[in-house]
Amino acid sequence: MSVAVEHEDEHLHHPFLQHQFEDLGQQHEASTLGMWMFLSTEILFFGGVLCAYWIYRVIYPEAWAIGGELQNKLAGGINTIVLIISSLTMALAVRAAQLGRRRGTVAFLVATLFFGSIFLGVKMFEYHAHWQEGLFPGVRFTWHEIPEFAPKVQLFMVFYWGLTGMHALHMVIGVGLLLWMISRAWRGHFGPEYYGPVEVMGLYWHFVDIVWIFLFPFLYLIPHFGMPHV
Amino acid sequence: MSDEHSVPHDVTPLATYIIVFVALAAGTLLTWFASTIDLGWANTPVALVIATTKAVLVILFFMHVIHSTRLTWVVIIGSFVWLGVLFVLTFADYLTRSWVIY
Repeated sequence: MSVAVEHEDEHLHHPFLQHQFEDLGQQHEASTLGMWMFLSTEILFFGGVLCAYWIYRVIYPEAWAIGGELQNKLAGGINTIVLIISSLTMALAVRAAQLGRRRGTVAFLVATLFFGSIFLGVKMFEYHAHWQEGLFPGVRFTWHEIPEFAPKVQLFMVFYWGLTGMHALHMVIGVGLLLWMISRAWRGHFGPEYYGPVEVMGLYWHFVDIVWIFLFPFLYLIPHFGMPHV
Repeated sequence: MSDEHSVPHDVTPLATYIIVFVALAAGTLLTWFASTIDLGWANTPVALVIATTKAVLVILFFMHVIHSTRLTWVVIIGSFVWLGVLFVLTFADYLTRSWVIY
């Protein structure tokens, strides 16, 4: 008897409601909270590297000023705007899913994918230029315009490649997640009562945007002033 | 498409997203503009304040934290408190090393 009741009950469930949750609302809250737990590890991961960046910035201010001057500020600025646009389209994709607009969700996710790809394209252009200029740390580091600062400028470039490289890796993972979400949205999985995956994907994408909001001034802009002039 | 009337109450209005986006774009231009003026020691704090403001806007509105549960707030604030501990203790070490006179 009880088996039959349970069986009947199952048919009332939303197909994407996991059996351990009372309802879709509880499932949604749990997934959002879980994503924020993951993002707090990410905050401390990038935060730890940025802390090391600031320590060396205090110790070697001249080298950090030179390192900032070696960056392509226009490319960095364009990429910042491109990433903010992609965050807007990501937020609008979540909104379209909440409103049950299947084609809108797909369109905004594709737009996010498009702007994310532009970001990575510009980044590859910058990486290629730095590689040509001998600004890749290690045996390939041949920059020596100011020889006494070259080793410390190389240290700045370690932070540059490390921080932007980890950020770009997160973007590549985000592009993979976007393709997955586009496929699910296309199949009509999302609607007003079930849009958790798009929302959680959005949290990840916005977090990666926030990291860049800090990396742009740290690596491209503020090393220039407030430092002894070289 | 047919369900504007059954909209869940926590759907953010389109205008909010547009306003936040414009503020973020303006912040980007402002941080670039501020970096072209010599403010001496103030360049770094100005850039930090602008970046932090932008991050808070993204967290509150794009990431919907303004509508999130208190438990989510605890997790988010907790992670930034721990990040603060990381910075304060590390800098308390490095910035005071030169104070010791042998």
